[in-house]
Amino acid sequence: MENEFDIDGLVDTENGVISRELFVNRDLFDRELDRVFARAWLLVGHEGLVPNPDDYFVSRMGKDSVILTRNRQGEILVLLNSCPHRGMKVCRYDQGNAPVFTCPYHGWSFSTNRERVDSPGALVGVPRFEEGYSGQLDREKWGLPRCPNVVNYKGSIWASWDPDAPAFEDYLGDMKLYLDTALDHRDGTPGGSEILGGVQKWRVRCNWKTVSENFAGDLYHEVSHISANLAEIGMTKGKGRREALPLRYAIGFDGLGHGGLGFPPSYEERPFEPGLYGDPEIDDYFRDIHAARVRNLGDRLRVGIVVGTIFPNMSFHADQPRSLLFAHPVSATEVELWRMYLVDADAPQSVKNMLRQYYLRYSGPGGMTEADDIENWTSVTTASEGAIARRYGFNYQLGLGKEQPVEGLRGAVQSGHYSEGNARIYYRRWAQFMKGDSWADMMPGRSDDR
Amino acid sequence: MTVEMSIEMTMGMQAELQRLLLKDSVSEFFVREADLLDARKFDDWLALLSDDIRYWMPMARNVAMDDFDREFTAEGLDANWMDEGIETLRQRVAQLATGVHWAEQPPSRTTHMISNLQIMSVEPDAAAPQLVTTRCRFLVYRNRLETEQDVFIGKRNDTLRREAKDWRLVRREIYLDQNVMLAKNISVFF
Repeated sequence: MENEFDIDGLVDTENGVISRELFVNRDLFDRELDRVFARAWLLVGHEGLVPNPDDYFVSRMGKDSVILTRNRQGEILVLLNSCPHRGMKVCRYDQGNAPVFTCPYHGWSFSTNRERVDSPGALVGVPRFEEGYSGQLDREKWGLPRCPNVVNYKGSIWASWDPDAPAFEDYLGDMKLYLDTALDHRDGTPGGSEILGGVQKWRVRCNWKTVSENFAGDLYHEVSHISANLAEIGMTKGKGRREALPLRYAIGFDGLGHGGLGFPPSYEERPFEPGLYGDPEIDDYFRDIHAARVRNLGDRLRVGIVVGTIFPNMSFHADQPRSLLFAHPVSATEVELWRMYLVDADAPQSVKNMLRQYYLRYSGPGGMTEADDIENWTSVTTASEGAIARRYGFNYQLGLGKEQPVEGLRGAVQSGHYSEGNARIYYRRWAQFMKGDSWADMMPGRSDDR
Repeated sequence: MTVEMSIEMTMGMQAELQRLLLKDSVSEFFVREADLLDARKFDDWLALLSDDIRYWMPMARNVAMDDFDREFTAEGLDANWMDEGIETLRQRVAQLATGVHWAEQPPSRTTHMISNLQIMSVEPDAAAPQLVTTRCRFLVYRNRLETEQDVFIGKRNDTLRREAKDWRLVRREIYLDQNVMLAKNISVFF
């Protein structure tokens, strides 16, 4: 890296000013790939993409192509999808089943089966092995690099390339409770959700952080969605773009970078709203689910959230629609978005159908809400590339100085409904990663017992 | 002898004429439909759709040669690009009319082109067609703001039903020739 950046000069969260360089600068982007994406915990996929032995799904971590796979011993693994010999992608299908991955270029092949290899991903086949390599090649060293940290969290698969990364649940902190609201069954039992088949993938000409920041807690962009509200795209006719909710709070986790729009912890459930789902049969189903939720959770602590972001580039919708979003970096000014949609695995097909159609008219490139967000994000980018525009930092002063701790959550703060507090938290975390701070500095007071 | 042959010929010509007239009528319908979309007469376009329309656009996966049955996401089960009925298509048109739908404000310029039209089936027959299935290729060009442009190319399978002396679109399957969608959003109709 030739240019040394004054990261603290670019991110002034004390005064709420953040440089546009973060959204257009190519050198900063290259450094992010190394300092953020090669270290942070990233969402890689969902176990539903690889239900059987030898199933695979090709995913991304930063700009690296990776293979998410399940071996014959049932372990979920993440391998770099680039042949160690000359770099060819060893897997060029989106999803499938393969006992070995064979490179199409020179024919090296790799296995994850522990009956064949000690280290999953190791080299098992080399054409002309005897005559070309005298039968000598370190099969582990020249195997597909394997991601050292992989976690299956309630079906969602996360990975980090940094051997020193903190435990995933420490990395999440109490933001975990909010992520749970997307991954748990609607009746309050842990897990129990499945993804719909098919991952939406599309390109948008904006910086990846513009997307992640939007979902970290921007209730202020109401004007963006007036048209979706006027067109009444909600689950019931005449109910706006989603079910009517009380005003959410911007709740963020300072020091971790995560945040979302939701509710502080409470000990009782909001009452069921009849008629929300239009169809009486579906309404009855959700009434029963709500009753089960009240029983299952009792007087235990629970939180509610609508959208949130796990630093750096994973966002989720938790409360109708329910989906997981990846903001994969492509360049300083381009992102590849992936969306996977969640439903309760045991919901009747009629409910899954209603939800699927609602999700698709809300989110994704065909979503009546998301289409307008995307228009903003692309115009933000093109209007920030000029030399003059780049001199003017963005204003992140909404709710500045109003942060209050949230009772019942470690490290959480809220600064009202309309606040950019979560964005300030997000970019403070980004600055720590970009300065190359150690995990000891970035996770103070946490047991590093890995 | 000659008289019999000429009757046979006449009947053959008549069948051929009915086939051509049907194809022309379907082609004329699609051209008219494309014209309404390009002229942004979306309410008039909606009038060409039947109340029970299914408008469905699957996603394409990269699969191996022997795995084509998994190439497209499944209707009624998987996530797709679009999965619409008349109610949601009307909502989309209503959204366009609000004047604050930023994805189409200012509106895009579009050109819809249709080619390779084939009539795949006719019920009950070409003489009095009531239900027709068709296959064609589409090219939808979108240009918006100063320099943004998208080209959507793919295959379309349509079903048309005869209603009130005109065709009504009952079913549209849109197979886009893209894996990662290269357009930032789908604010156009196909």
